[in-house]
Amino acid sequence: MFGHLVAPRRVVVTGMGIACPLGLGVENVWKRMLAGESGLAAIQNFDTSALPAKIAGQVPVGTRAEGKLDISEWIPVKDQKKMDRFIQLALVAATEAVEDSGWAPGEDQQEERCRTGVMIGSGIGGLPTIFEASTLIQQGKTRRISPFFIPSALINLASGHVSIKYGFKGPNHAVVTACATGVHALGDAARLIALNDADVMVAGGAEAAVAEIGMAGFCASRALSTAFNDQPTKGSRPWDRDRDGFVMGEGAGVVVLEELEHAKRRGAKIYAEVIGYGMSGDAYHITSPTEDGDGAFRAMRAALMSAGVEPSQIQYVNAHGTSTPMGDDIELQAVERLWGDEAKSLAMSSTKSAIGHLLGAAGAVEGIFSILAIRDGVAPPTLNLEDPSRESPIDRVALEAQPRKIDTVLSNSFGFGGTNASIIFRKAA
Amino acid sequence: MSDTADKVKKIVVEHLGVEESKVTTEASFIDDLGADSLDTVELVMAFEEAFGVEIPDDAAEKITTVKDAIDYIEKQKSA
Repeated sequence: MFGHLVAPRRVVVTGMGIACPLGLGVENVWKRMLAGESGLAAIQNFDTSALPAKIAGQVPVGTRAEGKLDISEWIPVKDQKKMDRFIQLALVAATEAVEDSGWAPGEDQQEERCRTGVMIGSGIGGLPTIFEASTLIQQGKTRRISPFFIPSALINLASGHVSIKYGFKGPNHAVVTACATGVHALGDAARLIALNDADVMVAGGAEAAVAEIGMAGFCASRALSTAFNDQPTKGSRPWDRDRDGFVMGEGAGVVVLEELEHAKRRGAKIYAEVIGYGMSGDAYHITSPTEDGDGAFRAMRAALMSAGVEPSQIQYVNAHGTSTPMGDDIELQAVERLWGDEAKSLAMSSTKSAIGHLLGAAGAVEGIFSILAIRDGVAPPTLNLEDPSRESPIDRVALEAQPRKIDTVLSNSFGFGGTNASIIFRKAA
Repeated sequence: MSDTADKVKKIVVEHLGVEESKVTTEASFIDDLGADSLDTVELVMAFEEAFGVEIPDDAAEKITTVKDAIDYIEKQKSA
């Protein structure tokens, strides 16, 4: 099957786009994150009185020039109703990423278009859209269900819409692995390029489950923070003693991945190289990780092996670190075990402290933050880490960003169902 | 112009996001106004909702222009 391959091809990142609770635009979001700002707030756009969790991270409303989202600047009104919000956010981030990369093969470049694919996933997809259609059926208005209901809710339609917008005719795929979706999308898309299925892949994750149905569902599984409804910016506090669950966030992260020589030939700006990717399964429980963090450990180890680097060569880890009582320390212990004596020189932070947990988009936006940490030589902070529940030799970058020498980073994402993924980026040579 | 025609054209403008001047009586949803087959299904649903009529699928398939829609709805209303 792969007999024609001499060796895997090298893959680099040449474009990045983001829509998250800190706003739109990679530079805008990153600047706010390094300044220690939070994108978390009380939910205003629907009634939360029946919900124990009343805070979330939502993409701020305003103009693109302000680094905020006015969807009509991005998608014609006629098309907006054909897509759930997660697809709209995917289109925003993908547009930014494609523009940033400068990769825009025209109608007369069909071969290039056929070598460019899309792989944008989502953890849940069009949950609010499904809710609305169910409500119509409940009201006896089954015939009123829109012909756009199904294509609006389907997860792979994010990839579909991006491919239609740009004419990208290569592999069109979508990842669905809950909160590990973003890392799986970046890693799998990089492999498609490495294995010569495509030269360029637009890859990432999108999520928009900050709606009554999504909040109610995660509340029922006792996953969300409920103790900080009066202090929303304090709700996401990875590793802190007072953490009591994650804060739901919405958004999308999309990157343009490209074969190294392809990027060089066209003189593209190269942010970083994807050098390692590892996966594992827990085979244990539908929502809880194993107590010894074995799944996380094996995913990270597999990523290190595929990159051919030692733990000592990684200077920064962007943690999954969702701010749940169990998960944070389990991941911490898995990292300590894998790094051993090298743990003392490692920095690890959770950017979910500033934007909440973006579920299927988390791994993609955190991949972008990891790449920016390399570019700027700075580890983003873990906000609200005032009193760690567990001591560790690892510097968790509490409260303030830290300038550090960073050339190689690992980013973790773990999902319900016991699915784990780790990806490693290195400074472009 | 009849009230029905006014209302039909307004719905077409809203749903297809086209300029009012383009929505002539003779205009075809697909050929002139940029609709696809799913858009026309949705448009017929909007007519049903707005005029309180039922348009069965076999009739809906024959509604391809603004005039088709106006004629069908006026016939239903006078029936």
